[in-house]
Amino acid sequence: MIKQLHRVFFYLKSKFLCVALIGFMIENIAAQKIIVCENCEVNSLQTAIQQAEANDTIFIKNGIYKEHDVIIDKALHIKGENYPVIDAEMGGMGLKIKAENFSVEALKIINVGTSHTKDFAGILISEGKKFELKNNILDDVFFGILIERSSEGIISGNRIESNSKEQATSGNGIHIWKSENILVKNNTVKGLRDGIYFEFVDKSKIINNTCKNNLRYGLHFMFSNNDLYKSNVFENNGAGVAVMYSKFIDMQHNHFRKNWGSASYGLLLKEITDSTLKNNNFEDNTIAISADNTNRIDFLENDFKNNGYAVRIRGAVYDNKFKRNNFLYNSFDVAYTGKLNNNEFLNNYWSNYSGYDLDKDGIGDVPFRPVSLFSYVVNKTPEAIILLRSMFIDLLNFSEKVSPIFTPADLIDKQPKMKKIVW
Amino acid sequence: MLKILKYSFYDLSRSRWSYVYFFFYLLLGVVLLFLNNDLSNAVITLMNVIIILVPLISTIFGVMYFYNSREFTELLLALPVSRNSIFLGQYFGLAISLSTSLILGLGLPFIAYGVLQSGAIWDFASLLISGVFLSLIFTALALNIALSNENKIKGFGLAILLWLFMAIVYDGLFLVALVYFQDYPLDKFSLITIMLNPIDLSRILILLKLDISALLGYTGAVFKDFFGTALGTIISFSVLICWVILPVWRIKYISEKKDF
Repeated sequence: MIKQLHRVFFYLKSKFLCVALIGFMIENIAAQKIIVCENCEVNSLQTAIQQAEANDTIFIKNGIYKEHDVIIDKALHIKGENYPVIDAEMGGMGLKIKAENFSVEALKIINVGTSHTKDFAGILISEGKKFELKNNILDDVFFGILIERSSEGIISGNRIESNSKEQATSGNGIHIWKSENILVKNNTVKGLRDGIYFEFVDKSKIINNTCKNNLRYGLHFMFSNNDLYKSNVFENNGAGVAVMYSKFIDMQHNHFRKNWGSASYGLLLKEITDSTLKNNNFEDNTIAISADNTNRIDFLENDFKNNGYAVRIRGAVYDNKFKRNNFLYNSFDVAYTGKLNNNEFLNNYWSNYSGYDLDKDGIGDVPFRPVSLFSYVVNKTPEAIILLRSMFIDLLNFSEKVSPIFTPADLIDKQPKMKKIVW
Repeated sequence: MLKILKYSFYDLSRSRWSYVYFFFYLLLGVVLLFLNNDLSNAVITLMNVIIILVPLISTIFGVMYFYNSREFTELLLALPVSRNSIFLGQYFGLAISLSTSLILGLGLPFIAYGVLQSGAIWDFASLLISGVFLSLIFTALALNIALSNENKIKGFGLAILLWLFMAIVYDGLFLVALVYFQDYPLDKFSLITIMLNPIDLSRILILLKLDISALLGYTGAVFKDFFGTALGTIISFSVLICWVILPVWRIKYISEKKDF
């Protein structure tokens, strides 16, 4: 009896295996590989795409393919070997994609044309879903990667470079508009207008990217909520990062460096609420943070080093907390317009602090006033900046420190730290 | 004139005060480097010291030296030497010995620390150049004061007042003017006002070399645009040179007419 059962079982099992095997083979036949090379039967990406069916993989061998406006409208996986070059010859876009479940990997797209009426991009994705753009190189492009009305995408390891000269005639590196759940990771963007641009992009992450030498902003946020950006480097851009009209943004471990110039910021906050800035590093910026209409933001454990202004607070700034930050050797630690407005400075380390700590608890016994009289004067008459570091100004600041008259009296750090905060 | 210059210089190099001055700078340089551990930070701190102390020491020391060597000057006047060479010789002897103390006193510790190999060398050089200019200017002004005032106390008083005015009061008046006229465009006004005071001018020249970020702000850009260009540099150095030539010319003028 048991033997018979066994036999039946084995019969069923082998049948099942057979079916599975056939099924697998069919699938395998369905997901074809198409190889494109300069001397092959298929010698252009566009023909390969026309021949391909959904879920196929297209391998492109090394070579130069002079094509532009290549349209991808199915779920394809395009993979380059040794970075084949797609040369758009200044004629238009590189790839135009409108599909789901696709990936583009290791291509080099160059010479995307400039236009004043159309947003020519190296790779354009509109209404895409579940896609991955990986390790591509985009060189001399107008826009780099342009994504609209898409979701669940990963953009990682791309290198985008251009040499933009004017803001009006240049595009953005990674430009995302009206999308959701996008992960932008490990990319490098150099020499464009905005490094990364977000407009109406929600629940997305920007991690470990480098934006250097861009004309306008390293990262530009508009009307985007619930986003995270972390461990990015923004160096030597027109201005580091602008976060405008957004909510619930989490900013962590970023580096804002060398944003130097007459209207240059490390981070510009405008109309932004309920966000957190933690463990960021601001170094050598003309203005590290300029805040305008910013409410309920926590600035925790950031380093401000060698900036002109560390924090510049403009109008309508309420309920922000500055806690456990290091203010190191800035020309002005805080510049302030108006009243205290319920903002709080507590437990920060100020390199300009000259108080003492008698009970040795690591907290200074005398409160620190981060706004000097000189920064107040400079706010009113900007030309006075030319008196920076003169002896008269030192005397002035000293006398104001002893008995504050002009600077807001309640703007103090009640418990300044005696030692640099390690985080 | 060269002989008198040489004599003045040797006389000063034997004087205790030159050594005090030299060792003061030496100590300052060493302590700054020891405390800061960073060349460019040390250069910034040093700037504050230089633009305040160099004028002060040059003025006081200049007046003092001239009053002290008055008898010797009278002796020289009795000899067949032109007045020009006596007073200019004394002036240059004094100015050169002060500048040497400054350059050696600050230069040695910084060179020992390795400023020649570091990127801060130009900042440091511009610091020393401004220091030398300030020495030349304020020694000449001091001699002017000493020549015009027989009364020592009055001379010293004037010297200190001059320093106080240039280093502090001038900036105060300037700031008051800025605040009072803040509704008007003030870029050009502040540029010119700053250029007229050698202390302020050297401060700005050094600050712009050091790229202090705050100065690169919106208004700072105006100054950077001016001082950063070749024309701006030429103009500012011409102003410094004028500040040397005018008082020296006045020394010459007074010394020829003065009745001893």
